[in-house]
Amino acid sequence: MNRFLWPLVLFIVLVGFLAVGLRLNPREVPSPLIGKPAPAFTLPQLHAPEQSFSPEQMKGRVWLLNVWASWCVSCRQEHPLLVELARQNIAPIVGLDYKDGRDDALAWLRQHGDPYDLSAMDADGRVGIDYGVYGVPETYLIDKQGIIRLKHIGPLTPEVMQQKVLPLLRELEKA
Amino acid sequence: MSLLRVWTIAVLIGLTFAAYANEARPLAEDEAVEQRLNHIAEELRCLVCQNESLAGSRAELAQDLRREVRQLIKQGKTDQEIKDFLVSRYGDFVLYRPPVKPSTWLLWIGPFVLLVAGIAGLLIYLRRRSRRLEQEEKPLSAEERARARALLEDGES
Repeated sequence: MNRFLWPLVLFIVLVGFLAVGLRLNPREVPSPLIGKPAPAFTLPQLHAPEQSFSPEQMKGRVWLLNVWASWCVSCRQEHPLLVELARQNIAPIVGLDYKDGRDDALAWLRQHGDPYDLSAMDADGRVGIDYGVYGVPETYLIDKQGIIRLKHIGPLTPEVMQQKVLPLLRELEKA
Repeated sequence: MSLLRVWTIAVLIGLTFAAYANEARPLAEDEAVEQRLNHIAEELRCLVCQNESLAGSRAELAQDLRREVRQLIKQGKTDQEIKDFLVSRYGDFVLYRPPVKPSTWLLWIGPFVLLVAGIAGLLIYLRRRSRRLEQEEKPLSAEERARARALLEDGES
């Protein structure tokens, strides 16, 4: 009896490990930037290239930095959520237009709506590297002191907004 | 005529090789930098296609990161500084050789623990088995032998 039971037990344990392993998302790499100051940069603005934007300007506010691009397909998926968030005026959203052309980006925003207070143009992706961007869209929640508190890789979903982003955002607003 | 033709063909072939030899010059401006770049990039993971190294990947991010690493090399940064640069942005996950720290102990030591457990299990099993066989193969005592003979003879008659 014992001798036939053991392989079965091992098999069940193995299936258990595989079941957990297969549900993990290998794309969700924990970011080392959480709890660290948002890397500084100065980039031209998308709508007003002669003006620049740097995270310093957002000190004292809780804000979202959303990395997007007109060539990014899954950005379309999350975009209505951002438009809705902007309509509710919950927090300023700054776009980081990642490796994109100005004309393409402007046309994309005209077509899909512009939820951003402003967008900064990261044409060569250098700032993206400082922020550890490897899959657009990515969203950072940055607190009043300029510390990154949350990073979401991939398109935002209503669940992520309700369960992760908005609660933390409200908490940080109070702080 | 045939000699001329052979000569022409030979010259033409020679020219082709010469042309190839010209084209095969190294593309990189600075070979030492490229070698170091490849050496470092082999050890780093491309985050877009996670099973490729930074050296082998053709993803756009990998190209950007190689450009970044190339610049760091030219600035005279050490290999460790370059790796730290990437780890501080992308996390330990970029390293194919994860660092030894409490959160990775299981990863590093786990296989050896399993190996030791396996060997221990095997030894216990073998010892038990040989003990069991010993018991089974114990030679018959004189008494048992007599009884066996008696039974055999009984059967024959």
